[in-house]
Amino acid sequence: MKMIPTLETSATDCHPASVPDYTPIPQLRDLQLQRLQAVVTRAWRQIKLFRSRMDERGLAPEDIRSLEDTAKLPFTQKSDLRDTYPFGLFASPMKDVVRLHVSSGTTGKPIVVAYTKEDVDVWTSVLVRCFAGCGLHRGDIMQVAYGYGLFTGGLGAHYGAEGLGATVVPTSGGHADRQIMLMKDFGVTAMCCTPTYFLHLIDRADELGVDMKELPLRAGVFGAEPWTESMRKHIENRSSIEAFDIYGLSEIIGPGVGCECRRHQGLHIFEDHFYPEIVDPATGALLPDGSEGELVLTTLSKQAMPMIRYRTRDITTILPGRCECGRTLRRIGRIGRRSDDMLIIRGVNVFPSQVESALLQTEGTLPNYQILLTRDQGLDQMEVRVEVTPQMFNDKIGALQELHQKLQGALDRVLGIRVRVSLVEAYSIERSEGKAKRVIDRRTS
Amino acid sequence: MKIQQISLFAENKPGHIAAPARLLAQEGIDIRSLYLADTQQYGIVRMIVTDWQKAAQLLEARGFVVKVTEVLAVEVADRPGGLADVLEALDGTGINIEYMYAFPNLCRDQAILIFRFADLDAAIARLQTAGINLLASEELLKK
Repeated sequence: MKMIPTLETSATDCHPASVPDYTPIPQLRDLQLQRLQAVVTRAWRQIKLFRSRMDERGLAPEDIRSLEDTAKLPFTQKSDLRDTYPFGLFASPMKDVVRLHVSSGTTGKPIVVAYTKEDVDVWTSVLVRCFAGCGLHRGDIMQVAYGYGLFTGGLGAHYGAEGLGATVVPTSGGHADRQIMLMKDFGVTAMCCTPTYFLHLIDRADELGVDMKELPLRAGVFGAEPWTESMRKHIENRSSIEAFDIYGLSEIIGPGVGCECRRHQGLHIFEDHFYPEIVDPATGALLPDGSEGELVLTTLSKQAMPMIRYRTRDITTILPGRCECGRTLRRIGRIGRRSDDMLIIRGVNVFPSQVESALLQTEGTLPNYQILLTRDQGLDQMEVRVEVTPQMFNDKIGALQELHQKLQGALDRVLGIRVRVSLVEAYSIERSEGKAKRVIDRRTS
Repeated sequence: MKIQQISLFAENKPGHIAAPARLLAQEGIDIRSLYLADTQQYGIVRMIVTDWQKAAQLLEARGFVVKVTEVLAVEVADRPGGLADVLEALDGTGINIEYMYAFPNLCRDQAILIFRFADLDAAIARLQTAGINLLASEELLKK
């Protein structure tokens, strides 16, 4: 068994579950190859769609002889999950499936994901490794404010936090005042939720006269939506915590595919279970480490629902080189955008993250916002709807008009196109699972 | 002297004032004055109500963005020149009116002027020196 290197590893960083994080690279690659061959064989035997795609390419499981051969395998996409709804991609009989989760699909049919007992154990173990890497341990009190239920966030984080040995406060989403009361009364030390929801809690705590900086809270593990470095600074300044980015998606396992360590230099992917590749989003061609492209993941140990080369639509880079923390796991850069996030407006590429940074610059707080796209006489129109927060509200019309103009100016400068800004009432923008729906595209092509 | 006024942010759309009005009605809170400052897109609903603390709490709990501001209520005789007398008392003092609105008090043949000033205390001192009648909130709210 490999010893955890003591060099530059703080005591709080150590947890028995973290040992695989430090596997020497040659051993890690061997393990990945063994697991890849096993999962491909299993998927080929059990999943009709995968087998027919392999057949089309004249590929058999024995053709996978090295990790590089992964690039020969067919991709899996979200639409495959929808098309085979509900159970078409299962590789285990239902009697071995102990859990089903359903994604918060906003259009058409949802997607279903399945877990065997072993899958739940792997999922728990990667989350324990995430939390341990954030410096959390037994004795911490962790509040899980991701939605519990069909969404993977709540239960996933819950099992991980319990697996770590922490005390879990399973608040699920919503009821901001109660969340703040419990954080304060229980002396919660770590919070798990979406970054947007935490921003909301900071604002609400302010209104209630609770100073987050005075609470024992010291870490936040935030995920389930892309967020930016400026949002991290903002959160850390206003609440005096260390904010960590956690990554995951239901199709692969849920939260816990990757997470930042205390160096905050990218997110370590738990490569012994998830094999990462970066491809050109347009052509699907494999790109070398260090290039930006779409993240593609293969589950190496999943039983109930193996995913082979799943197209995540998340745009990132596999960061070259080793992390100073000593982990041998490769890292991806923070995900700021998705390949399907990019909007083309009057020929200009626009990402919702740009809108976010313009709002943060102007207000120093991130109000909820939504981008509404319409087409008027063949011309794209972009409207940014911004929810007025108590901090922004002033009962003089002149002050509101000034705010309006400031937002307008910042958005025009950052995006390089003219947009219409609307100030809307608080909570008027629809939310699901704590995530605000950022873009509504009503353009018909 | 200072009167608590509740301001609400509202989009300029049909039905957007009905909801807060109904909410206050259900709790037996009476709106004694209401003034709407609007632009094409949104507006500010300014209200003086019988129980401002309860009203603010109720509205906030329902997700409305609320601001409580302090204003002055001035009672003048409802006759030509009533308003002019008050405004002239402020002339040359540098005291700026941020906004104002007025409504008649028919049973007493008086008019009530509501003012928001940037410097409330300076305004109170000046108006009192000029012998202008400032209403306390109990006087304003009684029927």
